[in-house]
Amino acid sequence: MTMQNDAYNFAYLDEQTKRMIRRAILKGLAIPGYQVPFASREMPMPYGWGTGGVQVSAAVLTPEDTFKVIDQGADDTTNAVSIRTFFERTAGVATTTTTRNATVIQTRHRIPEEPLTEGQILVYQVPIPEPLRFLEPRESETRKMHSLEEYGLMHVKLYEDIARHGHIATSYAYPVKVEGRYVMDPSPIPKFDNPKLGNMAAIQLFGAGREQRIYALPPYTQVVSLDFEDHPFVASKADHPCGMCGAEDSYLDEVIIDDAGGRMFVCSDTDYCEGRQTAGHKGKDAA
Amino acid sequence: MYVAVKGGERAIENAHAWLAEERRGDTGVAELSVAQIREQLKLAVNRVMAEGSLYDPDLAALAIKQARGDLIEAIFLVRAYRTTLPRFGSSVPVHTGAMSCDRRISATFKDLPGGQVLGPTFDYTHRLLDFKLMADGQVPQAPTREAAPGDVPHVTEFLNQEGLIELAPQDDTPPPDLTREPLEMPADRALRLQALTRADEGFTLGLAYSTQRGYGRNHAFVGELRIGSVPVEMEIPELGFAIEIGEVTLTECETVNQFKGSKTEPPQFTRGYGLVFGQTERKAISMALVDRALRWEELGEDNVGAPAQDAEFVLYHADNIQATGFLEHIKLPHYVDFQSELELVRKLRRAAGADQLQEAAE
Amino acid sequence: MQADTLSGGFSDPARQSAHAFRSVREALGRPGTIQDISGARPPAPLSSAAGAALLTLCDTETPVYLAGNHDCDAVRAWLAFHTGAPPTGPTDCMFAIGTWAALGPLSAYPIGTSEYPDRAATLIVECPSLTTAGATLTGPGIQTSAALSLPELTAFQSNHALFPLGLDFIFTSGTRLAALPRSTVVTQEGAF
Repeated sequence: MTMQNDAYNFAYLDEQTKRMIRRAILKGLAIPGYQVPFASREMPMPYGWGTGGVQVSAAVLTPEDTFKVIDQGADDTTNAVSIRTFFERTAGVATTTTTRNATVIQTRHRIPEEPLTEGQILVYQVPIPEPLRFLEPRESETRKMHSLEEYGLMHVKLYEDIARHGHIATSYAYPVKVEGRYVMDPSPIPKFDNPKLGNMAAIQLFGAGREQRIYALPPYTQVVSLDFEDHPFVASKADHPCGMCGAEDSYLDEVIIDDAGGRMFVCSDTDYCEGRQTAGHKGKDAA
Repeated sequence: MYVAVKGGERAIENAHAWLAEERRGDTGVAELSVAQIREQLKLAVNRVMAEGSLYDPDLAALAIKQARGDLIEAIFLVRAYRTTLPRFGSSVPVHTGAMSCDRRISATFKDLPGGQVLGPTFDYTHRLLDFKLMADGQVPQAPTREAAPGDVPHVTEFLNQEGLIELAPQDDTPPPDLTREPLEMPADRALRLQALTRADEGFTLGLAYSTQRGYGRNHAFVGELRIGSVPVEMEIPELGFAIEIGEVTLTECETVNQFKGSKTEPPQFTRGYGLVFGQTERKAISMALVDRALRWEELGEDNVGAPAQDAEFVLYHADNIQATGFLEHIKLPHYVDFQSELELVRKLRRAAGADQLQEAAE
Repeated sequence: MQADTLSGGFSDPARQSAHAFRSVREALGRPGTIQDISGARPPAPLSSAAGAALLTLCDTETPVYLAGNHDCDAVRAWLAFHTGAPPTGPTDCMFAIGTWAALGPLSAYPIGTSEYPDRAATLIVECPSLTTAGATLTGPGIQTSAALSLPELTAFQSNHALFPLGLDFIFTSGTRLAALPRSTVVTQEGAF
């Protein structure tokens, strides 16, 4: 599957564009959690479909890398397939669905269940990189708020949730504070994944193409989900084991299986689930 | 029995094959050539060139064919192609005074040097379906006359002689390049105009219309609208002078707007400006109105909170490729976020005792 | 134009710069680690590692300051031919290259603004040698602590005090490179 199309430069982007993205990545690593503006290019796939992640992947891939793409935790969802094929074609890199064999993993909305290692890079596709955007729509204002470390608005919003609902009513894209300085949007991962963001051995890079921002978490960075002393952050998931592999510790998709509204719960991380099944673990719904 | 969905790759390939078949349509009907689209759907081609920011009628026509007539999709194809092109340099600014005009009208003066030239316009056609076109496309030759020699002066220059219109400041600073640098606020006028010229026609039209209806009204007159071709020149460092490398058709609209004056400026007319690739009249006029509305701050006018006055709002939402991509991405799987919302709503309902309430009601 | 001006660039830019960037990114993402970087054969006094870093990161959009002995015809011509990077002074450079002694004082370089802390210079410091011994490093990218042979301590401590503003450093020696972003806390050897 490594038919490379020679009509394009390695990994599609021209070298000048890659240099610009690489410089942004380095600044992102130097200022963890800060959104570096970059001159995102129009990619041959739509904005909102991973153009930021694709540009970051294109800038970090080497020909020897093994590339994995997941969307919602799964390797076989159509957009993951489409992005994987794009890099097979334009970079000729080897691809895999096995988390531990991948050196670069591009993801949308999940962090793999299996802990990542030092040799790996996790590239997130980010739709709205600005954690304050839905509280303040103006870029000029949110930029000021970050510069002044003025995050009161975010705490007020979270606290209003508690006052109204008794809980913080944010279940994904749950904001975090990085190294005690920048409030950061971790992309729309479920808050179940938030604890994996901090102290991770792999480098984490975030690309928002349409919004023209790149940001980063170096390995072993301190990342704290925003919360309150009396309402500590809780990473939640469906209170079931996986129907296929029986895992109790993985994030689950809810699948409707019949017209009567019957449902089962299965791992959203397909590689994790298959790995467990291969190792002999069986859930109650497994064949 | 639940089986994890597989075969995404084949599904995509099959979808593409079906798409190609649908694009072609009934094979009993002759296939459209790119040349036919370029010549006979010229206004669609113009829009694709303008919003695609690439002046190439053949590629625009190809994109329209490939996109099955979906112009935003065609614009997207052109944009994605454009980014892969190497950049050899910048042209010197075109001189629209030297335009050889196909159309040139002024709404502010009944007659003026250079004359009123209607040109190929829909303006006074009666919008009656022409059933003859269903049969054949034979058209009688349009009458011709010699083109008037020399430059056609801009209407605003006449007003300028009396000092009645604000001076357009001359500035040789190279404008920022929206396609090479991230958009940054506040945006100066050069950057705003750059964003507007490639902005979605419908969005720009809607905003311009809103100013006419009172949302940041600025009393625009079309001082002049001209459509025609201008030569494009480029400085060649090795030669030390500029040479002509081609010509482009442009639509230019200059509006003359009322201005009561401010603390620093006497009452005078002010300007709105639109310049767009191809014959793209609706877009150029809309652009001029929105440009003028966005200038409230530099002219010392009040911000009445109108959408067309809000540069961040306008510039961040005017690009149809960004907009359509993000809008349509909600078709992509969101199982994971939805699942987390499901869990949250269930939890909140449990907390609120809503389940019991519901049961009691039933 | 001299022959060595034209040579010594990447023969396969896309692939070689991808590898070189991997080294720079690993170095900056994991302060205190030393990475190999190859592919460039620049004229003296530019080290191979510094040459590769410049080829990977610089182009017509990045003004470069050549400090001290690095500001010579051979380096100027090589950099111009292979990157097109405009030469400039320290105050408005994006990259600077030279020995530690030649690069000072650090107050001359842009450290970013509070709204755009990324608009800060990256200094490429040519070092006689690089070892994972010396000053103690802690912070993002470092699991517990790391050690690196830094040319001095206080300059890097003052730089970190500016965070999120500040300069970022790449140290080069031969075909090896290490890095120190502004986020790293630097303390005296054995202080951790």
